[in-house]
Amino acid sequence: MRKFILALALLPALAYAQMVTRDGVTLTPGQEARAEDIGSQLRCLVCQNESIEGSSADLAKQLRVIIRQHVVAGDSNKSIMDYMVQRYGIFVLLKPPFIPLTWALYASPFVGILLGFFGFWLVRRAKVEAPAPLSEADARRLDELLK
Amino acid sequence: MSPLRRRLLFGIPLAVVVVGGAGFYTILRRMQEDDYDPHALPSPLIGKKLPAFVLPGADGMQGFGNTDLAAPPKPMLVNWFASWCVPCLQEAPMLMKLAKSGLEIWGIAYQDQPGNLANFISANGNPYTRLAADVSGLTAINWGVYGVPETYLIDKQGIVRWRYAGALTDDVVSGTLLPLLQQYA
Repeated sequence: MRKFILALALLPALAYAQMVTRDGVTLTPGQEARAEDIGSQLRCLVCQNESIEGSSADLAKQLRVIIRQHVVAGDSNKSIMDYMVQRYGIFVLLKPPFIPLTWALYASPFVGILLGFFGFWLVRRAKVEAPAPLSEADARRLDELLK
Repeated sequence: MSPLRRRLLFGIPLAVVVVGGAGFYTILRRMQEDDYDPHALPSPLIGKKLPAFVLPGADGMQGFGNTDLAAPPKPMLVNWFASWCVPCLQEAPMLMKLAKSGLEIWGIAYQDQPGNLANFISANGNPYTRLAADVSGLTAINWGVYGVPETYLIDKQGIVRWRYAGALTDDVVSGTLLPLLQQYA
């Protein structure tokens, strides 16, 4: 019985062993995976082509802590993203949202394809027509020249 | 091949190269003249009031919070800096000059040690009427500060009108800041 109670008392420790600590915040592996997913979609403002998850800048570390605190508090991914956008603008999102400001950006591949087709059409149209067949005299002269 | 098509086939790539070249040339020239910074971000605070915060004073000076900036008597600057930041050192004489000209500047020391901060102020002068310390850096995150120095222009309604990330230079002050100060005076 004693042993059983001891085992029961130690059960929470088992759960704690499953927890991960990252940047000073302790959370479950599932929460950590969510935090990593969010952090990898956000741009580090210091090293601008790195994600918050991948950057070693101090600010990125602080933002990782904030993301994890929000995850532990049970906030949704969207509300955490909104928290960042509210402070740093849409530039913080590595994948830009589809808003009037980014329409040209999202349209650019299609514009490129259209321009390509236009160029292709120009070249196709530019094909020279076959010349009229040679006259008897010209054909004889050509044979003479090619001998 | 018709002359028009021939001209188009030759002219379109040429036009693309010319327009692209002119664009890149302009970008590089403006970057060289400190007129354009591709890393600079527009601040989402522009046109809004500051987020709620209260920061303690530093170096024996009075701290402040957002309510102290709700309605300044005239447009003023809030300058984020740190003793460990090299561009802040470069910017210090400019801040002194602006303060002497009568512009109100409040400072926030970002993640700084009291000793280092005191040394920095005594070595470079104190342009600040009030000086607060953001030791944790959490207020900076709420403002969207992503590096030091950063300078914010607050108008008489307490609304953020301009944010500049980087050291204030002669060009920035005469080209942007002074006209804005006049506009919001």
